[in-house]
Amino acid sequence: MDNLLLMLAPLFSSKLLLVLFFGTLFGLILGVLPGLGPTTGGALILPFTMTLDPLSAIVLLTSIYCAGTYGGAITAILINTPGTPAAAATCLDGYPLAQKGEAGRALGMATVSSTVGGIFSVIILVFFAPLLAKLAYEFGQPEYFALAIFGLTMLASIGDGNPIKNLIAGAFGILISTIGKDFMTSIDRFTYGINELSEGIGFIPVVVGLFAISEMLTQSTLLDQVFKRVALKAVKLPSINDYKQTWKTILRSSGIGSFIGVLPAEGGTVASLIGYSEAKRFSKKPEEFGKGSIEGIAGAEAANNAATGGAMVPTLALGIPGSATTAVILTGLIIHGVRPGPDLFREQPEFLYGIFGAMLIANILFFIFGFFGAKLFARITLVPNKIFCLWNLFIKSINSRCLDNDIFWSTWIFYEKIWLFSCSGYYRIDIRRIS
Amino acid sequence: MNNVQNKKRANKSLPFFFKDEFKVSFIIIFISTILLITTFTFDIVPPILNRGIQPATFPKALLVLIITLTMIIYYLAKKKPWKIEKKLPKTFFLTLLSFIFFVVISKTLDFFLAISVLSIFVSYNWGEKRLFYLLLVGIIFPAIVFVFFETILGLRFPPGIITNIYYN
Repeated sequence: MDNLLLMLAPLFSSKLLLVLFFGTLFGLILGVLPGLGPTTGGALILPFTMTLDPLSAIVLLTSIYCAGTYGGAITAILINTPGTPAAAATCLDGYPLAQKGEAGRALGMATVSSTVGGIFSVIILVFFAPLLAKLAYEFGQPEYFALAIFGLTMLASIGDGNPIKNLIAGAFGILISTIGKDFMTSIDRFTYGINELSEGIGFIPVVVGLFAISEMLTQSTLLDQVFKRVALKAVKLPSINDYKQTWKTILRSSGIGSFIGVLPAEGGTVASLIGYSEAKRFSKKPEEFGKGSIEGIAGAEAANNAATGGAMVPTLALGIPGSATTAVILTGLIIHGVRPGPDLFREQPEFLYGIFGAMLIANILFFIFGFFGAKLFARITLVPNKIFCLWNLFIKSINSRCLDNDIFWSTWIFYEKIWLFSCSGYYRIDIRRIS
Repeated sequence: MNNVQNKKRANKSLPFFFKDEFKVSFIIIFISTILLITTFTFDIVPPILNRGIQPATFPKALLVLIITLTMIIYYLAKKKPWKIEKKLPKTFFLTLLSFIFFVVISKTLDFFLAISVLSIFVSYNWGEKRLFYLLLVGIIFPAIVFVFFETILGLRFPPGIITNIYYN
């Protein structure tokens, strides 16, 4: 009971509430803007948190994390470009549904399932954190190997395309990750004497190549087609039947996401893929997946937001980041002199439960912003494709240029092959997820 | 429906090397083979220092897997031909060409100059002929993006002929 009261502490502090409000809104905007995301946003805002007290700083970062993870679904649904990697699986059904003129329905379902997933994971975090942390800590190499194989086998069932093509795309993704120096021996692989390739190809250039550039090339072939745009009056939110149809999927994916999130280094991306795949496996209408299934959106979104709470468990309990964004949060903790680990639970419970409470409130806040802003966000589809594709490319290019300095390779290496792959039914998500 | 059937029939009548399934499979196998040959040039770790497999082994296995799976795909496609995609329009190739310009200009002259040129070039080829909108997309928009990233997010951009003017 004391712990629950500690969780409500942020509600009684106007400063924390303000930080939460700003963090959620900022996270949502970061998630919506293609090319940015909670990891980049968290890293960018980290220096500014120095002026805040430790709790406010971590509350700001965690609210960005929660809202940013959800925000990625908005562009995934509206323009087929996930704002965050964790929303990649949402593209598979969100975008087809938006093309059918049901963008609002897709956005509404993403909002509700993200919120349920997020709140579920916070509850798990509060009640089962010590137990889950212990379980994840006991994972050895055989268990991680089994998990990796499990993830790879998921590729075969993703999308409605040919499973063999999915596997080829997955193998190509792993091949990309072998470029650069071999970690064990420091021997160059596929570098062709070019220094920039020695460090491998960064995550952001891969995303640029896979999503922004290939999308631009695809759009260039569709200029003569007139798409049915989403008129504001036509935006329809999910019906009661939609919720009846998806509540089991949402709960299942919330459980999956929380568990996957707890495993160190397995973030929302893996969670959303497994959540999506399991939603398809249990669905009564698996044939609709990839063509605009509402269950697909619910499965992916509940899982990736559930992973946010899960990922905080090893971060706080063991000092091992559960995902890329929690690595930034971990840095924030260290900068502010908070030492993560089992002792944190014993010595500073008010700090920990303050974070849990803030995450809970952030989930509720982004629900309000997202649900009531669905019609506003749907306006993005009114922007001509040519403008949005360019915007998408610019932002991602700038990110690559500033963060990885790898735009040269992203454009040169990927565009032709990726476009060829996606046109021929090879899933971009398979390549991206693996690399 | 009839149109698709006609296309399928037309695809069947083409020589095998003109068919989409062959072209796609050939390109994948061709690139994979080149990469596979490259793996034989990787340095070999002396047995005394080696832990686990050689650095070339894993990429080799992956490339063999890709080639094998592509051959299976091609074999299956012979039984069930792919639906022919429409012929690629001129705008596609011009967009492709614009990326080459983009890379060359951004590497040699300036990143933001490259963005401006790409914006104007792509917009014009995609059908935007109004000068105001071309300038909006090509100059004003990149400038806003630049200022946003530079001032609000505090990112410093690499040097170039335009970027240097701003920084100096």
